[in-house]
Amino acid sequence: MATSDFAAHAVHAHAAPTSWIRKYVFSLDHKVIGIQYFFLALTAVFVGMFLSLLMRIHLIWPAASLPLLGDIKPETYLTLLTMHGTIMVFFVLTTAPQGGFGNYFLPIQIGAPDMAFPVLNMLSFWVTALAFFVMIAAFFVVGGAPLHGWTGYPPLSALPSAGPGEGLGANLWVISIALFCLGALMSALNFITTTLDMRARGMTLMRMPLTCWAWFITAILGLLAFGVLLSAGILLLLDRNAGTSFFVPLVTINGQLTGHKGGSPLLWQHLFWFFGHPEVYIAILPAMGLCSQLLSVFSRKPIFGYKAMVYAMLSIGFLGFMVWGHHMFMSGMSPYTAFAFSVMTMVIGVPSAIKTFNWLGTIWRGHIRFTSPMLFALGFVSLFISGGISGPFLAQPVLDIQLHDTYFVVGHFHLIMGVASIFGIFAATYYWFPKMFGRMMSEGMARWHFFITLIGTYAIFMPMHYLGMAGHLRRYSQLTELNYLHGLVPVQIFMSYAAFITIAGQFIFLFNLFWSMKFGKKASDNPWEATTLEWTTATPPPHDNFGGHIPVVYNGPYEYSVPGAPRDYIMQTDPSTVTAH
Amino acid sequence: MASITTTASVDTSQVLLAGSGRPDQNALDFVVRLRRARLGIIVALTAVVMIFVSYSSAYVVRQGLPTLDPRTGTLVRDWLPLQLPNFLLVNTLILLVSTLTMELARRQTIRTAFANGKESHAATRTETDGMPWLALTAILGVSFLAGQWLVWRELAASGFYVGTSPSSSFFYLLTGMHGIHLFGGIIALLATGAASLLRKSAVSQGVVVDATAWYWHFMTFLWVYILCLLEFAH
Amino acid sequence: MGLVLLVVIWLITFISAYFFVAKTWWLPVGASAAAAGIDHHFATTYVLMGIVFVAAQLSLGLFAWQYRERSATTPQAHYSHGNNKLEITWTVLTLILFVGLNFMSSSIWASERFRPAVSDAVQVEVTGMQFQWYFRYPGPDGKFGATQPQLQDPSGGGEAALGVDPADPASKDDVVAGTMYVPVNREIDVILRAEDVIHSFFIPAMRFKQDTVPGLAIHMHFTPITTGDYEIACSQLCGLGHYKMHGILRVVSQQDFDKWLAAREAEKQ
Repeated sequence: MATSDFAAHAVHAHAAPTSWIRKYVFSLDHKVIGIQYFFLALTAVFVGMFLSLLMRIHLIWPAASLPLLGDIKPETYLTLLTMHGTIMVFFVLTTAPQGGFGNYFLPIQIGAPDMAFPVLNMLSFWVTALAFFVMIAAFFVVGGAPLHGWTGYPPLSALPSAGPGEGLGANLWVISIALFCLGALMSALNFITTTLDMRARGMTLMRMPLTCWAWFITAILGLLAFGVLLSAGILLLLDRNAGTSFFVPLVTINGQLTGHKGGSPLLWQHLFWFFGHPEVYIAILPAMGLCSQLLSVFSRKPIFGYKAMVYAMLSIGFLGFMVWGHHMFMSGMSPYTAFAFSVMTMVIGVPSAIKTFNWLGTIWRGHIRFTSPMLFALGFVSLFISGGISGPFLAQPVLDIQLHDTYFVVGHFHLIMGVASIFGIFAATYYWFPKMFGRMMSEGMARWHFFITLIGTYAIFMPMHYLGMAGHLRRYSQLTELNYLHGLVPVQIFMSYAAFITIAGQFIFLFNLFWSMKFGKKASDNPWEATTLEWTTATPPPHDNFGGHIPVVYNGPYEYSVPGAPRDYIMQTDPSTVTAH
Repeated sequence: MASITTTASVDTSQVLLAGSGRPDQNALDFVVRLRRARLGIIVALTAVVMIFVSYSSAYVVRQGLPTLDPRTGTLVRDWLPLQLPNFLLVNTLILLVSTLTMELARRQTIRTAFANGKESHAATRTETDGMPWLALTAILGVSFLAGQWLVWRELAASGFYVGTSPSSSFFYLLTGMHGIHLFGGIIALLATGAASLLRKSAVSQGVVVDATAWYWHFMTFLWVYILCLLEFAH
Repeated sequence: MGLVLLVVIWLITFISAYFFVAKTWWLPVGASAAAAGIDHHFATTYVLMGIVFVAAQLSLGLFAWQYRERSATTPQAHYSHGNNKLEITWTVLTLILFVGLNFMSSSIWASERFRPAVSDAVQVEVTGMQFQWYFRYPGPDGKFGATQPQLQDPSGGGEAALGVDPADPASKDDVVAGTMYVPVNREIDVILRAEDVIHSFFIPAMRFKQDTVPGLAIHMHFTPITTGDYEIACSQLCGLGHYKMHGILRVVSQQDFDKWLAAREAEKQ
């Protein structure tokens, strides 16, 4: 499957661009596109974080009036949570790890000069950016942004009369998501074709770094899942605007008939979650791949069980398509179907557990270097354990009766997606910043950022499990109506204060990022003494990644501390010390 | 992935490689690009398949789905099958012929591209023998879409709009989604025509026409599938 | 740094675990027949998962400190690509744990959900609408009268809100209430409906939750075993008033229930 130097060269004969527009705006270079995706995600995460700040303020000070924004009305709160979830899941977690770092480093790590289809790559970014713009526009139209949650269940999301923001705002929300689907599908096409067809000589599939496996499997998941979300979105648009009734049965809103009949709200849920469950694996797999990478580099040890890690990711991807019903145990779905989904869900916990054991096995008897990427990788493992352990509770329908739609679920998915996955993005930034920008980020600031974020996010999200067990429902804009919620308000107050501190801590990261671009210590080509291909090339890499010398690969990606070797790491391109892998 | 290239192209590349001892860059370039484009199309079509798989399952489930009749408090089925206009068969015939012309165009263009590959470094010939077939395919494609539009008009005239009934909704949905995808294929054909006029290399054209052909054949197959689903699935 | 990490991770683990063990904020006291079995399984799950949680986190912290790089050269890290026997062992053990837990819970799920209500269950139709719960009792004829969406008038409350069709003879003895009265120690056959969007009927004390879906009438049952008032909450985002869509389940003795129902029937004449 490998192409020769020649063919690769000939096929990627797009010369380095010279005009500013071609270099930085409509670039075909996967490295520039990766950075564009990264900055899109960075913008999105600060917007999403700001929305959650407003949510936390409102929950504990409902009467608070904010400068510029005024009072937070009940419908505003629901809008905040809808847009927070949507923006974070799509424009941060599905964008930065894959579109950002994947775009930049997949070609380099496999020894290719660019992605398979550079024009498509550029298009995929601009379609995604357009989607973000449309999403933000929903805030500013008449009626405002929708309030139906990121899950958008009809009939609430299908009927403009069902609530404020459900008119034009909801239409823009659906259109934005449809555009995002297109961008994601284009990107997935590129990742899959590149991984299969453009690996350098000697870079067999089983010599690929686990990051590349993660990006590859994530792309396959995206390819199969985003089409289904797109289908669902089109049906929702038709129900909203063309008088169809795919999802809406005979209902009245406030006594008024809507003209719909015969549709099935459960159809949306099936389609949405068929996408939605693979989506959460799309959000976590790149971070898992990176964590494996970093634990190995900074323990100076091979990853424990490379093959098992690959098979675990493959089974997570495959099984991920068979568990979507566990989001629907209480939906009115048949209890027999629920049983089937719950068995599959418990089974999918097994490969995740294997990965955790292997991460622990990697650092065991290692030589740990506490660099900033390593801190975040270790933090990722801790958060993955915590977020993962609450899964088996929810996977069992009898327990889900009590916990579904409570803060227990919110705590579970925030620890796993909202923190562990984010730690993956932080780790990637600290790790690859030297290669992308030629300078090191400040380790001092990074450590402050790490500890504030690790402790802070645990303080925010661990208590949510207790709240959930006590019956505290999610998506409640006020906590005044149910008597049994009153005793839980002190916990909410604690979580809000923890959130204020944690959010403040993120500005250390933001400052570190931009300050280091100009003033960070100059970085060598391989500051971490790592073995993979990106560390063999110049910093930052030249336009065709390798300066005309496509690498030839002799070793696996995790040859650290090989007995008898001159140094404690052997580059993948080093032919002199050939190991069995 | 050698199976992605046709036997013809594998043989051709062997001939090209064997003779000189140094691979002919242009021919290798073409083989690599062709393989990559075909892989890309297969991947892309997988996503398209998922869209139609979800619509197919929604269609089948909806047919049998009972809904609550509030008056009686019981579940009733409300599916009334749509009478498919006969003109659809004419459109199907047009599409089937277009897939034939597309295949002829593809073979001619590939042959020309390989011929160019054998010549000097700079590919000079930019006219492909496939042009007439390409143009015919595009015309037939446009005719198909026009025919579909006529079918929609006929349905509307009988009172079946997109929101009239579940069966009419699905009809417009499935034919509309297929039509949008076919329109994309027509754009690709027009782009190739433009590339030829702009004198882009025969190798580039060969890759684009080949990829478009695979896509086009799939669109024909998809149409036949949709027709069968609408007609026979109960 | 290794020591700091160990301390931080261990502290987080102990503090988190403490609140689980101390049950500072916990499941409400169960008041239905199913609650004991569900709560017992909940306890099994959290003990087993708790052990895994603590063991994994403590190991992480311990290894981070124990295997910190002390000198830049010798001794080197242990070069190993893994251990297949260990992989298989922990894979099988995890599979047994997870699937075992699931099968244990499935028998409870089956006993609750795989059978319809008993024939002499008390029927209550629960309807959710933005932003109110209504409860309808079929009356002596045992039949619910027809409802018509065209007749629905939420501002009218009660029967008008449900769109009960006065022309249907079966609706003459239907009682609609804003509070859900049920007799203790009887199986309650709940018929769940929704008029506008998806709601969800949640009674924490009864360990009862079910989405109410427009277009469906979902049957589900529970048996209250302790008298008292219990809060009902809506547990599916349904719009602006989702947070205030609550009700009261009032579990009373059989006599008090009969008296209440009779009084409501009398009011209708």
